[in-house]
Amino acid sequence: MSCFISKYADELAKNAAYIGTPGKGILAADESTGTIGKRLSSINVENIEENRRALRELLFTAPGVLQYLSGVILFEETLYQKTAAGKPFVDVLKEGGVLPGIKVDKGTVELNGTNGETFTQGLDGLAQRCQKYYEAGARFAKWRAVLKIGANEPTELAIQENANGLAMYAAICQQCGLVPIVEPEILVDGSHDIKKCADVTERVLAACYKALNDHHVMLEGTLLKPNMVTPGSESPKVAPEVIAEYTVRALQRTVPAAVPAIVFLSGGQSEEEATLNLNAMNKLQTKKPWSLSFSFGRALQQSTLKAWAGKEENLKKAQDALLVRCKANSEATLGTYKGDAKLGEGAAESLHVSNYKY
Amino acid sequence: MSCFISKYADELAKNAAYIGTPGKGILAADESTGTIGKRLSSINVENIEENRRALRELLFTAPGALQYLSGVILFEETLYQKTASGKPFVDVLKEGGVLPGIKVDKGTVELNGTNGETFTQGLDGLAQRCQKYYDAGARFAKWRAVLKIGPNEPSELAIQENANGLAMYAAICQQCGLVPIVEPEILVDGPHDIKKCAEVTERVLAACYKSLNDHHVMLEGTLLKPNMVTPGSDSPKVAPEVIAEYTVRALQRTVPAAVPAIVFLSGGQSEEEATLNLNAMNKLQTKKPWSLSFSFGRALQQSTLKAWAGKEENLKKAQDALLVRCKANSEATLGTYKGDAKLGEGAAESLHVKDYKY
Repeated sequence: MSCFISKYADELAKNAAYIGTPGKGILAADESTGTIGKRLSSINVENIEENRRALRELLFTAPGVLQYLSGVILFEETLYQKTAAGKPFVDVLKEGGVLPGIKVDKGTVELNGTNGETFTQGLDGLAQRCQKYYEAGARFAKWRAVLKIGANEPTELAIQENANGLAMYAAICQQCGLVPIVEPEILVDGSHDIKKCADVTERVLAACYKALNDHHVMLEGTLLKPNMVTPGSESPKVAPEVIAEYTVRALQRTVPAAVPAIVFLSGGQSEEEATLNLNAMNKLQTKKPWSLSFSFGRALQQSTLKAWAGKEENLKKAQDALLVRCKANSEATLGTYKGDAKLGEGAAESLHVSNYKY
Repeated sequence: MSCFISKYADELAKNAAYIGTPGKGILAADESTGTIGKRLSSINVENIEENRRALRELLFTAPGALQYLSGVILFEETLYQKTASGKPFVDVLKEGGVLPGIKVDKGTVELNGTNGETFTQGLDGLAQRCQKYYDAGARFAKWRAVLKIGPNEPSELAIQENANGLAMYAAICQQCGLVPIVEPEILVDGPHDIKKCAEVTERVLAACYKSLNDHHVMLEGTLLKPNMVTPGSDSPKVAPEVIAEYTVRALQRTVPAAVPAIVFLSGGQSEEEATLNLNAMNKLQTKKPWSLSFSFGRALQQSTLKAWAGKEENLKKAQDALLVRCKANSEATLGTYKGDAKLGEGAAESLHVKDYKY
């Protein structure tokens, strides 16, 4: 085997495959303290630990929701938090059949000599941190690499550096029993068309899988979290079927069949857009040797956040909104979404923030 | 798209997919003059053009054989030859629903500073040659890169140089309307075990697909011709099911789903071994987003050659022998081979020649 045999090999493959269970997907609730602060302030809620805890409790205990999730990505602080009644969040998730995941990168840093391109840091002491997270109950991890499309971007340097970082992180995770989600996000910002996005996505994914092979990562125990292939944020929109066609073709050209599941990021798409696009991909009749699912943050939480507005009396309304989006996305993984999810306030609202960092 | 859009894009994809038709495969009849000379001398036949022509006529007009073939690879001389009654071979093939292919590489040359590793030459004037071949009726091409397993082999240099050569060749072919068969053969010579072969095969294939992506090759219009993953020639044999498991896993880890078909080389395997291994792969219940078929030279012609022995009176016997192997391999592509092919003389004979060049 070209991959290094981790003692966790069977467990990694089993967990990665479980995350790709048809009908399920990932809730990305791993916003860093700074980023969740922006969300909270948008609904006039103070960014203190208790409020961050209360928000996540709202999400994880929403009735009926966990059945549609195979994983939830957490920020480090949340991994150790509990419900108001004292039950650790990881136990709430596990009892609901949901694997806890953990964000392990430490954000992006500018690459010297480039036009605003970045690499992702977080490798220092990563093995020790991963072991700790495994003991705390985490079973998968996430590391977000960021690339952008511009006149001269992404550069070969940015692609290589980010692909290499992802591969290093992935190899370390597997040694510690955590399934690495490989996330090479190509930002949607820009005026480019969908063909340009496809071109760049294929180039980036090819570099990622070469790096993963070089670093002896066992693909059966990994997941991919890519952007969908879409026109740039400043370009005219196209139909979900077009996004589906370009996206799936890009994946067919670059992602080996050994990868059990692909869990899309939502980027700046509205809740409804993201769901419709995922649904269109799962309806496409073509070769798809990996399951296609979701790992949505904003696109799962937006209506919920607005409905909650930080008020206890809005709890049920907020949890209902989350259930609506989870169920809709679950159907989208099966290609059966009819577009009839009761749209919560904000569900059709674009969630694009220029040059998004979180 | 990351691939350069050849004006032949649709035709390339259509022809590549056709070659992968279940139940069909490729007859590799592209032995160079020197190599075919060795075959002829093994049956005491003089290596003159008429005999080379007669042998190929025997193969291409064998009753019932063409239905099991989607392609035949030819050496340049053969592309322009005719039956004794004056019909061009390319017409015989086309009328039988078989695409003519052409070997375009010019053999291997030692890489300086390595321990007997090689690169493949043939890029000079390749575009002009390909255009000529297309005009003559060829619709696919073949280029054989060779790597070996040793204590320090294959080296990174050998892998990169051969992967790059394959990608350059493939890009040029597509510009000229020929589907490139990408053949990175890892020789079976050596005492290594099957795990070592798997490791090397995965490394080599990952490098090939990275190069193909770098060179903007459209994968939907290519084919792969790899070695099966087996123990080295000096190691104990293993069962076909084991070969199938290691081989398909290596392919799942490296070959994108966009590639329509994988057509295995037979290396030094006997006719029967090659068929049984291919059959086992097609019986395997696992993700296989490409069809798995054959591109056999020795493993299709051995019994035929022995039965012919250069004598006209043996024509029918020889053609019957070819039909037996074609039918057996056709069944192997469907996973329905029962192992009951009437074994011709030599069918169970190893065809391994150390450090094989042809």
